[in-house]
Amino acid sequence: MVNRFADLFARKPSGVLNLYITAGYPSLHDTVPLLKTLAESGADVLEIGVPFSDPLADGPVIQQTSSAALRNGMTLKLLLQELQGIRQVLPDTPLLLMGYLNPVLQYGMEAFCQQTAAAGIDGVILPDLPAEEYAALYQETFRRHNLRPVFLITPQTAEARIRRLDELTDDAFLYLVSGPGLTGGNQTADHSSQDAYLARVEALNLRNPRLVGFGIADKTSFERACQHAHGAIIGSALLRALDGAADPHEAARQFVRSIRQ
Amino acid sequence: MSQYHPTERGYYGSFGGAFIPEMLYPNVEELREQYLSILADASFQQEYQLLLRDYVGRPTPLFRAARLSEKYGATIYLKREDLCHTGAHKVNNTVGQILLAERLGKKRIIAETGAGQHGVATATVCALRGLACIVYMGAIDMERQKPNVARMRMLGAEVRPATSGSQTLKDATNEAIRDWISNPTDTHYIIGSVVGPHPYPDLVARLQSVISAEIRRQLREKTGSELPDYVVACVGGGSNAAGAFYHFLDESTVQLVAVEAAGHGVHTDKSAATSVLGRPGIIHGSRTLLMQDEHGQITEPHSISAGLDYPGIGPLHAFLADSKRAQFLSITDDEALQAAQLCSRLEGIIPALETAHALAALDQLPLKPTDVVVLNLSGRGDKDLDTYLRELHLA
Ligand SMILES: Cc1ncc(COP(=O)(O)O)c(C=O)c1O
Repeated sequence: MVNRFADLFARKPSGVLNLYITAGYPSLHDTVPLLKTLAESGADVLEIGVPFSDPLADGPVIQQTSSAALRNGMTLKLLLQELQGIRQVLPDTPLLLMGYLNPVLQYGMEAFCQQTAAAGIDGVILPDLPAEEYAALYQETFRRHNLRPVFLITPQTAEARIRRLDELTDDAFLYLVSGPGLTGGNQTADHSSQDAYLARVEALNLRNPRLVGFGIADKTSFERACQHAHGAIIGSALLRALDGAADPHEAARQFVRSIRQ
Repeated sequence: MSQYHPTERGYYGSFGGAFIPEMLYPNVEELREQYLSILADASFQQEYQLLLRDYVGRPTPLFRAARLSEKYGATIYLKREDLCHTGAHKVNNTVGQILLAERLGKKRIIAETGAGQHGVATATVCALRGLACIVYMGAIDMERQKPNVARMRMLGAEVRPATSGSQTLKDATNEAIRDWISNPTDTHYIIGSVVGPHPYPDLVARLQSVISAEIRRQLREKTGSELPDYVVACVGGGSNAAGAFYHFLDESTVQLVAVEAAGHGVHTDKSAATSVLGRPGIIHGSRTLLMQDEHGQITEPHSISAGLDYPGIGPLHAFLADSKRAQFLSITDDEALQAAQLCSRLEGIIPALETAHALAALDQLPLKPTDVVVLNLSGRGDKDLDTYLRELHLA
């Protein structure tokens, strides 16, 4: 069975760059071509944000790209259609869908999982689906479709709970929220407490690799996050770079270069 | 235990739960583990009851509205929550939650508000107990409920406008939740209605249940029976209705009437009648009835009343609607305005616009001369005078 995450982390145990874009942004049909450009420029993992009207865990940038994408006409249905050919374009890059629970529930969890898996997507992040509800209601469906859930961990998450989330995760990664705040926030201001938190989680010797996200914006914050984790996730900063760009592909390439140079 | 109490995981039937991002888990879990024992604690009860009596002014009167009774051909009692300190039922909840926040060691209070009554009630108890207070309010609501914005500022609260989406209650709630995510250790979020993740709907319902506890006692004194034929209340998120219904939920002879805002009408695209227009979905951490499009995007409601302008209802109310335990009616902007004028002129009581929806619903009930109706007069209308004068052409 294909296991793109295991392959990736075996090949590349550190410095993994995970990039997030909002589907349907900047233009409705940009999603698949932009994913290809980002992968070719050096992204290791790609997260595809499903836009939602009320993204509670997101800061201003992703709020705005989400509403722009909805105005452009992006829907979960259209996205899943567009993604059905993605593995011809990107055979090896681990891909995730990230979105809020309500659009998925309206689509139907079974149909969502079936079509997401059929497109070759590896995992799903639903920040407002807590681990308890996942385990009680949807774990069986995810497993049947060989889809991996990704759970968030924060500086406030107790050790026992981190271990439980690690147990619920297989062949994916744990998403370490860098500090208190929303996506795009300025968490990295407090370096020493972030370092201490990441080191504390590192010392737990968890089963799964760890990627750090929220507020990672540039080469400096990326590399800092990577010191105690397998890699890091960038979303808002990339979307800001795409905002208003004459050529979003060139802007995307430049952005990846600025991290990787 | 009554089916109207939530399960361990916060469900009323299939509604409720706690669909929160991991960032909120420690705070919500702490609250879930502690709220029942704190509420039951003798020192909490002593302080809470004392504040309800000497600060809020409880019990509020149960007033026999003679001229409304005559008009509708039944005996109509008004439960005078408008006479609570700050002018609405909202303070019953904030007095309880501020004591809870103190016991949880929190130093900073956040709240959302629609009509501004919950914001004022929160700013009030924060002043009383010396805690920092930040209230999120939709930019449109700040404009249409100006007097309450001024009161919050006078009380020392910071009012932060919510400028996203429809710039009303839903968006103010989004911003309050985002604040809580960003301030995970020192902050307590005082939610203003029976909405949000478990345990909030149950916590707020319990704190508002004093309304129906008093109604039973007062009705017995006045009529010899604790049980009316109808209890009528408006529903935004549903806290005044939950409080008025609470001790009648298991009394099957009492008809519970929940009144939603139809806006321009339930068949227009400007409405907030969630029980008619909503389907099960997730809003603000709760699975409930929700106004949404076919793709699961939350749609923007409309009501002239800022406190009813919300695309969801609390999970208890979703269950009451689904199980048909409560009858849900909807009232248009115009009907509410007329009812506000009628109550003002027949009873000398200017109701809040929210409450006016409950009053207008009296027109839709098949009342008999022997019927006893208790209508929860959730708040006073001072905050709505601009709207009344303009819309009723009285200026
Ligand atoms: C006077 C009054 N009544 C009713 C409401 C609606 O809220 P709920 O449904 O939670 O009682 C509000 C909300 O702002 C209010 O101010």
